[in-house]
Parts: sequence; structure tokens; C-alpha cells
Amino acid sequence: MLLTIRSLTKTFPGTKALDAVDFDLAAGEVHALLGENGAGKSTLIKCLTGAYRRDGGTITLDGATIDPQSTVEAQEQGIGTVYQEVNLLPNLTVAQNLMFGREPRRWGLIDSRALRAGARETLRPYGLDIDVDRDLGSYSVAIQQIVAIARAVALSGKVLILDEPTASLDAAEVRMVFDVVRGLRERGLGIVFVSHFLDQVFDLTDRVTVLRNGRKIVTERTAELDRVKLIEHMLGRALEHEVAEQAARTAAARPPLLEFRGFGRRGVVEPFDLTVGQGEVVGLAGLLGSGRTESAEMMFGVRPAQSGEASDAQSRLDLSSPRAAIAEGFGFVPEERKTDGIVAELSIRENIILGLQARRGWARPIPRSEQNRIADDYIKRLDIRTSGREKPIGELSGGNQQKAILARWLAMNPRFLILDEPTRGIDVGAHAEILRLIRALTQAGMSILLVSSEIDELVASADRVIVLRDRRHVAELSGPRLTGAEIMRAIAGGEVAA
Amino acid sequence: MTLLKRIAPQLVALALLVALVTVFYPGFLKIGISGDRLVGPMIDVLKRGAPVALLAVGMTLVIATRGIDLSVGTTMAICGAVAASAVAGGWGLVPALLLALAAGALAGLWNGLLVAVVGIQPFVATLILMTMGRGIAQLITEGRILTFTDAGFAFFGSGSLLGLPVPAWLWLACGLGMAALMRRTALGLLVESIGINRRASALAGVNATVLLIAVYVVSGLCAALAGIVVTADIRGADANNAGLWLELDAILAVVIGGNSLLGGRFSIIASLIGALIIQTIDTGILLAGFPSEYNLVIKAGLVLVILVLQSPRIAGEWRLWRDSHRASREAALHRGAAK
Repeated sequence: MLLTIRSLTKTFPGTKALDAVDFDLAAGEVHALLGENGAGKSTLIKCLTGAYRRDGGTITLDGATIDPQSTVEAQEQGIGTVYQEVNLLPNLTVAQNLMFGREPRRWGLIDSRALRAGARETLRPYGLDIDVDRDLGSYSVAIQQIVAIARAVALSGKVLILDEPTASLDAAEVRMVFDVVRGLRERGLGIVFVSHFLDQVFDLTDRVTVLRNGRKIVTERTAELDRVKLIEHMLGRALEHEVAEQAARTAAARPPLLEFRGFGRRGVVEPFDLTVGQGEVVGLAGLLGSGRTESAEMMFGVRPAQSGEASDAQSRLDLSSPRAAIAEGFGFVPEERKTDGIVAELSIRENIILGLQARRGWARPIPRSEQNRIADDYIKRLDIRTSGREKPIGELSGGNQQKAILARWLAMNPRFLILDEPTRGIDVGAHAEILRLIRALTQAGMSILLVSSEIDELVASADRVIVLRDRRHVAELSGPRLTGAEIMRAIAGGEVAA
Repeated sequence: MTLLKRIAPQLVALALLVALVTVFYPGFLKIGISGDRLVGPMIDVLKRGAPVALLAVGMTLVIATRGIDLSVGTTMAICGAVAASAVAGGWGLVPALLLALAAGALAGLWNGLLVAVVGIQPFVATLILMTMGRGIAQLITEGRILTFTDAGFAFFGSGSLLGLPVPAWLWLACGLGMAALMRRTALGLLVESIGINRRASALAGVNATVLLIAVYVVSGLCAALAGIVVTADIRGADANNAGLWLELDAILAVVIGGNSLLGGRFSIIASLIGALIIQTIDTGILLAGFPSEYNLVIKAGLVLVILVLQSPRIAGEWRLWRDSHRASREAALHRGAAK
């Protein structure tokens, strides 16, 4: 093996990002690294490239144990990386970019003739006939990506990590980059390929490793892997025992609360129709980038819909901004807790009452005694583990932060609560508590939209699941058809469903 | 109680500074009565500190939203020019003052729109008006120092009320009033929350855009008041020098007040004390009789010392030293008891 990783562990406050992960990479292999957000892909890569220090485990490259302290050191040891966003300098020439940091010198000055020659030499194996004196930025993203690959290979030469290199390329450009990658494979490099485009994974890679919640789930040969099986590995099946309970729960018909008609936004989510019943949990399933988060954000007015309309029994709803949506009785627990949810330096109390206060308006402050009562009440009801309500929310663990954000919305008593990945990155105990809470809320009449990448969470909690693929609502599953297998079949593609 | 704890470092710094100045100029604390007004170096500090203190009120709010307002100095010049030309043109006192305040609000609205709606970084957005503003003021005064003789207007610069100079009353009223407005309503919390995380606040329903514009408008209004004070004081609008570099003193006052440039938690009262500290240094250096070429160097040195003493790292070191000292003393006591 060219690269061997054993028991790699990395902990961040509140979460175990990598938990004893093993990973092998052979010379002349393209190895896909797959997983949803928060699975640990980027942490693994950052540990490999020296951007993070690992907490435990070993990394062996060519038989020697390595411990890179920086990306430069990792490069010198043989590990190069190319990111989704080209990390070169667009206003330097191609040659300057390729030779940056190792410019040939003569009498202390850069020898520009040798520089160009070196650059052409570097590009030769890639069959790329471009003018190395032109600014890099004047070329297409695909060419820039290939230049970045050429530079990374020239500097490191053993292992090449491609972190979603195709995310901003069109089909022809993807083929072009893949040809380059195949060429490198033949030259005996080990290539780690991170992507969430499954077609590309099946097209290019030799083996696949799936991570989920910081653990390695499986490593298999791509050719032997079934697509539905792969999705199952990625999305997980952990809560088997809750499924039986779900089946008994979905019988009753519910009076409709909200109706979305032709609701869509160009380039984000194609128009869809959706009716949400009173006290109903509607699930949104799909892979990363399928439009599941985008649908949720559109309904809350974060990126408002451009077509269609939403209405309740009485009238049309204004969902043009989060404030407008809140006025209509909507709530939204965002996926990115740190950037979109918590206000880190404010206390738990202030975070909980923030939404309520914003709705009342600045001129009518909530009396402090009332704030204390609300905060204490929710800290107790949701079992938020903290030394007190005045602690800055940023100091809590992920699960407790999530409960405090939930408390913010529950305090406002919305009629329709959108939960985007409410259990992402939180510990098992808090996970179960949040699912129980969802159930209790719907029994009290609240309607919930549950966006989740965990199939079993959806099967256990939702009355109905909408499946998204390529920004389209492709299936609606309920009753006996609402099973993990059906959801995964719909995600993988309709033709398998028969 | 918590307020006292919050402003304790600034109060201690101010007290030490006053003590230091008194060493070099023993008469610093002396307050006399001349006619119906109090006189003395301390009263002078309260009066001369007014422009920076007024600017610091608005600047505190802007900085709390993770912004900065570099344009307040030139806004002072614009508003002073507007007020002076209105008074000189015979418009009467009240319309002149209202026009000056409107000009300040307009300047703030411009900054606020650039920051909150267009999305330009506050430093760059307010730099535009900083560059352009003095030119506008010069256009209004037609390049001259525009003088006037209106006694009513001059009252705002050199008058006195109940013994204290009017500028001192102005910044006290403006600062304490704004602090009360922030803490008696929910504005303080909402401003802090958009300063720490604008996106999360907006998703929680906080009207971040309007609030952000509002703090720049408040900053513009404070600059207008400061402009009125300096213009009234010299009975003329000097477009070239009114408020020159004062934005930097205002930012410094906010920083000495212990407010983070990264936004979030803020205290207007602490910024006001910061402004007093700066003015005490300025006045103290003059009174102590150092050659004037030393002024800026001494000022910078004192500010540096104050900021270093206030830094959390030094505070942490001090606590560590104190605790270990206490522990070793207790250990010694125990040994003594054992004997």
C-alpha cells in the first residue's frame, strides 16, 4: 500500500469528528471518499495534509510514518491537494503559478526563460497546449483545475487528493479533468477523490470508502457496489427498532394547514406542490445538493420563491423574508448551527428569547423576570445541560446548542416548524430526545417539515416523505410505502423502483 | 452593579491618570467659581472632550455591529458648515440646528445604505464619505471660514447652564440618554446580536438591515451635534479643520472603553469614560508644560499603557499571579499553624 491510515482520531469540542478511521490507498488507484456533511471527509483530508493535527492514529506513506505539521510539509512528503475552488493566483501567469515558490534563479533573480521552460515541462504529460505566459484567470475553470493538478503533482508526486474538483465544471470539462486523472493513475499515483456526484464516482474510481458520523462504514470495490447499497451506507440505518412504531402512527387523515402551489426558484429548486396537514411531519429526503435544504430555505423566505404561492385556509401567505415567514407563524432551525443558528457570545437566555423579542419589536422589551422564566423553563423541559442560563451559548456542546435553538422557536409557538438536519453532529442521547420532542410537538398540533439525510430518522418521525433528486421533488412516500428501502430507491433513481 | 464592574477598569485608568497629571500640575483638581459658572482644568476637560465624547456614542453602536464609521470627522465639518451658513444667511437658530442634524442623518443614511443594503465593507463604505465630505463642506462654505455672530448659536459652544459648560451637558445627555435607550428597550440586545452573528439574527427574525442603517444614522446625528459644538465654539465653520482626525480619537475612545472592534457586547458609558481619558491626557500634557512637540508621543505612550493594562491577557496573568501568591501565603500560614 502506498498510503495507510490506522485508527485516525480527531476530536473537536463537543464532537468526535473522526473516530478510529482506517483508510488504504494503493499506487495506481483512484479511491473515492464519500459521506454526507459532517461525515468526516474534510477532517480526514485536513489531517492528511497537515492542516489539522490529529489526536491519535498513524499515517504511513511508502512505509514511513509521517506527521505533517503543515500543508507545505505534507507536500514535501508527497501529498498534494486540489480543492473545489482553485487555490492558485488568477492574476499571475500560468508559468508563474506552476513554478511559484520554486522559481529557477540566475544571479539571485528569477530566470524567466527557465521559468517558462520548466512550466512547459510540467504541463507536457497533461497534453495541455496552452500559452504559459497568459494569466491563469483568463482560462476556463477546467484548465485552471488541471494546472492546479499539475502543480500539486509536480510538488508532491505520490498522493493526490481531489476535493470536489468537479463541482463547478460542466460535463465536457469533467471528462477533460477525468482523462487527466486517469493518466495520473497509469503513472502510478494514488488518488483520493472526494465528490458527492455518484455518477462520477462510478465512472472514475476503483474503490469507495464511506464515512458516516466520523466512522468508517465500509470500503469496497466500486465495480461490486450497488448504488442503493451505497446510498444506504452513506445515509445510515441506525434506528431499526423505531420503524415498527411508525407504521401504527400514520393512519389518521389530517386537516390541511398549508398549501404550496408551483413553489420554486430558478436554478435552486424546481417548482413543486405540497400540502402540509395539521400536526403532520413531512420529511424531505435526498442527497447533499439535491435541493432539500434549498427547499426548506425557500419556504422560510431565506431565498424567497420566484414562482408559485403559499396559502393557508384563509389567505395567501407572505414568505418573502424570514421576518415575513415568522409573522405567518413559521419557524426554522437551520442546518449550519454555528453560522446560522447560535449567536455565540450571547447567553443561553438571550439566545432563547431573541426570536420572541424580535417579533415583539424593540420598543417592548421582555421583562427580565419573564426572560429568566422562559429560559429556565426550556432549559428544564429540553434538558439543556448547562451551569446556568447566563452561560454564553457558544460554550455548550453541539446537542445542547441545538436544544437552545429549538427552545428559541418553541418559545414563539409557531404553527409550522422547519427543522433542517436537527440531529446533525450531536450525540446519541440528544438525538433521541430531539426525535421524541418532534413527536410531542405534533401531538400538540404543530406541523413540522423535517429535512434529514438520515433515512431512519425520516422513517421513524415523518408521516410522509418527499424525495428530492437533482433539485426536483421526484417522489412522495407515505403509508406502507414509507420505508427506508423505498426512500433509497427513489433517491438512487426512479427506474430501480420497479 | 454589573455596570460598575464593567466600567471599573476605565474608572481606575481615569483616576490614575488624573493622579499622574496632578503630580505634574498640582492645580488640576482645583475648581473655582467665576460669575455663574464653574471654572478649572477638570471643567475644561468636560467641555473640550465634548466632540470626541459625542462621536464615541454613535461610534460605540457602529462598532458593536462589527462596523466602523470613518466619516464622522468630515460629517462634523459638513454639519458645522450647514449650520453656520444657515445662521449667517439669517434662517434663524432652530431651522439652522435642524438642518445640521438633518445633514448628519443624511450622511449616516448614506453610510448605512452602503453597508447594509449594498453590502460594502464598513471601512470602505465610510471611507468614501470621509474622502468626499470635506469637499462638500468646502463647497458649502465656498472655501472660506464662514463666521457668524448669532449669540444663540454660540451658546452651544461657549455658553453655560447651571454652572457647567453647555457642550458638557450635551454629551452627558446624549450619552446617558442613548445608554438608557439601549438598555431600557431591547435595542441593545438586538444590536449586539447582529454584531456577533448577523445571519443568525436575521434568521431569528431580527430586522438586521434596518437596525444596521439606524446605527449609522445615529452616528451621523452624533457627528452633527459634535459639529454644532465646535462650530458654535469658534463662531465659525472651518471646513478644513473642523473634526479633522477626530474619527480616530472617537474609535480610540471606544477601544479604551473596552469595546471589541469585532462587535458584540458594548458599553456607551465606558466609551464616554474613554473619551474623558483621551481629553484628560490632552489637557494634562498642555498644563504640565511639556514642549508641545512631545504631546503626540506622550499621548500615544499613555494610551498604549492603558490598553495593555486592560488587555484580557494581562488580566489573566494578574489573576494567575494573585492566586499563586495567595496560595503560597496560605501554605505558609498552614506551615506556621503546624508548628
